[in-house]
Amino acid sequence: MQRNTCVSSYRIAARAAALAIIGFSLLGFSENAAAGQNPAIQQVTIDNFSFTPATLTVPAGTEVTWINHDDIPHTVVSDDKSTFKSRALDTDEKFSFKFDKPGTYPYFCSIHPKMTARIIVQ
Amino acid sequence: MASTKDEILFDHNHDGIDRRGFLRCMAWAGTGAVCVLNGGVLTSYALGRGGEHGVKIPKGELAFVQISDSHMGFDKPANPDVVATFQAAIDKINALPVAPEFILHTGDVSHLAKPAQFDNVEQLLKSPRTQDVFYVPGEHDLVGDDGQQFRERFAKGTQGAGWYSFDKKGVHFVGLVNVANLKAGGLGSLGTEQLEWLEKDVKHLKSSTPVVVFAHIPLWTVYPDWGWGTEDSAQALGYLKKFGSVTVLNGHIHQTMQKVEGNVTFHTACSTAFPQPKPGAAPSPGPMKVPADQLRAILGVTDVHYKKGEHALAITDSSLV
Repeated sequence: MQRNTCVSSYRIAARAAALAIIGFSLLGFSENAAAGQNPAIQQVTIDNFSFTPATLTVPAGTEVTWINHDDIPHTVVSDDKSTFKSRALDTDEKFSFKFDKPGTYPYFCSIHPKMTARIIVQ
Repeated sequence: MASTKDEILFDHNHDGIDRRGFLRCMAWAGTGAVCVLNGGVLTSYALGRGGEHGVKIPKGELAFVQISDSHMGFDKPANPDVVATFQAAIDKINALPVAPEFILHTGDVSHLAKPAQFDNVEQLLKSPRTQDVFYVPGEHDLVGDDGQQFRERFAKGTQGAGWYSFDKKGVHFVGLVNVANLKAGGLGSLGTEQLEWLEKDVKHLKSSTPVVVFAHIPLWTVYPDWGWGTEDSAQALGYLKKFGSVTVLNGHIHQTMQKVEGNVTFHTACSTAFPQPKPGAAPSPGPMKVPADQLRAILGVTDVHYKKGEHALAITDSSLV
């Protein structure tokens, strides 16, 4: 009887664990689906005169989208002023750029040049 | 407000300028007091509406007005109607006891350098009794086209990014551009070409010539973390060292600040559009929301008077109410 109970308990525990693992995976998957996470698109938010995250590391081929949440317009301009250069983004406006080549891409806001950040493409 | 007479009480710098008294006086400036510095002696006068308090404010030989940061096109909560506040500024100018000879606009005329925004300002500035307006651009005026439209409209006949000089009644005015070609992580910048031009421009002037320099970003370091300063302004000020009276008028920070250093008086003007926080008082220098009934008390115009032979120009800030 005891042995059966032990075995039964073990089976129950194993099933519970299996269900839990499946459950967590499903949860993770649905969260990803809900956030619309496509690994090929990454986002930078502009808030309080800052780019967040200040350093974003992405694989080559990723499209990065910036969105401005400030009450004042900002731009997204690569330090060399030629690799990428957005128009002025007013509140809630977006700019996207696809990074194909690996490297480090420092950039800033050309209206408020103290705002700096970078994208690292691997 | 009663008028008071301040004698020189503290002369630590031995230059005849009573700085502590000056600062006490300046604290009233935002509410409409006139602080006049005459050869080191401070006198303050209340600036009533239309001068009805009967206090006589010294008339200069030259009177002009500085307005700044109209940000035409801005429509966020900090001020949903920048046209109305700009018009209030014009009304204020029209109500000044002494008609200004011209207006200096120290930049950020528009919010996004859009043609309609520039059109709007030009239209509104047809109404003041003062028709002559001199402009320098702010960084918002260069958005999208590096200032091409701005220069076509407001800076004809100027050099480079829009710098120039002119003379009025013996006072030499210099309009500088410190918002072009800004570099990542940097402050405002004048650049080599403009500095070389400035050196030549003032070289042959007599040191007794009063000089007024106007530019968008402050030419002294107010708060570097927020970009409130100009990297190479020291060089520019070096060329002006010989002059007995230099007045620097700036905008950009949307609040009044004043600093006196030797013969140079630095002054920043209020915006006619929206206020910004004091240095470090907020996480960022964005538009500052205030209760609607307080907005016009924090926006304003600056009235400047020059009297021949006086050491410094008399600068008065008044709010829109």
